[in-house]
Amino acid sequence: MGSALFGAVESGVIYAIMALGVYLSFRILDFPDLTVDGSFVTGAAIAAILIVNGTNPFFATLIAIGAGFLAGCVTGLLHTKGKINPLLSGILMMIALYSINLRIMGRSNVPLLNEESIFTKVEFIFSSLGIESLVNSIASAVGLGGITSTWSILISMLLLTAVIKILTDYFLKTQVGLALRATGDNKRMIRSFSANTDQLTILGLGISNALVALSGALIAQYSSFADVGMGIGMIIIGLASVIIGEAIFGTKTIAITTFAVIGGAIVYRLVVSLALRVDFLETGDMKLITAVIVIGALIFPQLIDGQKERNRKKRKRLQQTKLKENGGNEYASSKSDSQSV
Amino acid sequence: MLLLNQIHKVFNEGTLDEKVALEDIDLKLQPGDFVTVIGSNGAGKSTLMNMISGVLTPDVGDVFIDDKKVTTMPEYKRSRLIGRVFQDPMAGTAPSMTIQENLAMAYCRNRRRTLVKGVTKKLRTTFQEALESLHLGLEDRLNAKVGLLSGGERQALSLLMATFTDPKILLLDEHTAALDPARAELITKLTGEIVEKTGLTTVMVTHNMQQALDLGNRLIMMDSGKIILEVDGEDKQNLTIEALLHEFQRIKGSKLNSDKALLG
Repeated sequence: MGSALFGAVESGVIYAIMALGVYLSFRILDFPDLTVDGSFVTGAAIAAILIVNGTNPFFATLIAIGAGFLAGCVTGLLHTKGKINPLLSGILMMIALYSINLRIMGRSNVPLLNEESIFTKVEFIFSSLGIESLVNSIASAVGLGGITSTWSILISMLLLTAVIKILTDYFLKTQVGLALRATGDNKRMIRSFSANTDQLTILGLGISNALVALSGALIAQYSSFADVGMGIGMIIIGLASVIIGEAIFGTKTIAITTFAVIGGAIVYRLVVSLALRVDFLETGDMKLITAVIVIGALIFPQLIDGQKERNRKKRKRLQQTKLKENGGNEYASSKSDSQSV
Repeated sequence: MLLLNQIHKVFNEGTLDEKVALEDIDLKLQPGDFVTVIGSNGAGKSTLMNMISGVLTPDVGDVFIDDKKVTTMPEYKRSRLIGRVFQDPMAGTAPSMTIQENLAMAYCRNRRRTLVKGVTKKLRTTFQEALESLHLGLEDRLNAKVGLLSGGERQALSLLMATFTDPKILLLDEHTAALDPARAELITKLTGEIVEKTGLTTVMVTHNMQQALDLGNRLIMMDSGKIILEVDGEDKQNLTIEALLHEFQRIKGSKLNSDKALLG
């Protein structure tokens, strides 16, 4: 149980990078970008095929990021210059990328067992610097000993995700970032302040899909394979993370929201791994579980708000009827009471 | 400063819905001119504004700003030269962003946007000083989301955002039409103050005759895509609503008569 949850947190932190990408397109640009299903695999495929062919895994991951950026830019071009509806341009790109990903990999699945990856490198660095044994001794002190064979993945990915979060927060406060946010908020307004909304949309989708591809490249190395089908439903997982995170942690500022998105990605993984422990559910039911989680995250906050509103009205009505029942004299006295107070 | 040279614009040409929106429009504004544009619905006022701002391009004719031909310059580039306030209070600001962020975006109107922080300490003081001139207390609410402001406050903010980076041209498109009378009066007053202080070359479309008379040094009246009346300088100062209506009827009437004569 413990190690399964640990694994969920680990992969959750990696998927959080994808969720941040989805947050950029879905919330900041107000562009439901389905390219994600394809660009996630593109990142995984490029990293996998380069690593298999002996490229340094860090360099391979960088190339994957670039490819994701390009994929996002093409979607942006389809929408802004080709004037194709946002959903449709994303779907078109997703379909096109499926074939491209197959071409990149040459087959539908590339295993990465026994290959050098970012994680084997990081693990090596951690143990040679003695960080691993240090963390291990702290973990056993708080009763978490033996939960994992290595802490290096979780710690390095937490650091990477934190850096990306901080960079995203900063970027969204720069002059370009403000214009990008306004493009999603009020295009007409920001155009009247001399911002090229087409360019900003393309840039935003590029960055978004670059993050998604990075996440894909890392997941491929984490789970030791790239598969052409690994991106199916990725956009929904991203949305689930964004929506769950926002519902739990709130959206007061940009910094809180990006934190919420990361938290949402981890919570999502935890929920899925708990759900999979229920006996009659199988791995194949994952997508259904995801759909149910997203529907729940979308509907529950509404139900709660509705209930609160009803309770509030009920209280108000009760007060009114009480006032009426108490009648003239008492009403007058209570009135004079309240005046004397 | 602004020159419109024989502008023609037809919508849906060659179809049943064909509409001549602008016909042979010539207009020349000197630096510091404040022109108010009046006319009934469909007269072509909005098309004229869109033509100046670059939302639409003319079929025939050219637009010059500051002696530079901008006829085919895209809207976002032309916005470097033009400050705009729209009729809809929602249109001129980004509702989910804060007051200071909105001002920061406006501040970048005639600058290249870079990866520098949008709101700096120094800018914040500048924004505060600018907001104080509105007398709405917005200077204490820099971190409030603009979506929480009332229509009047938003329109005042839009006006400030459009003007405080010193554009070549200020376009006001019925910017008080969606407000209640008291707010409309406030915005009208602010408009007068700001334009007087900055000396901006301004074009204002309005349906409010009194506003058209109170503000500006020139007035034009449009009808069916044409400028049918121009009043400048002292004549404009002495103009009254009655005289204006009378003039409108005289022009329309004579046109009717000549049409009758034509049809025999």
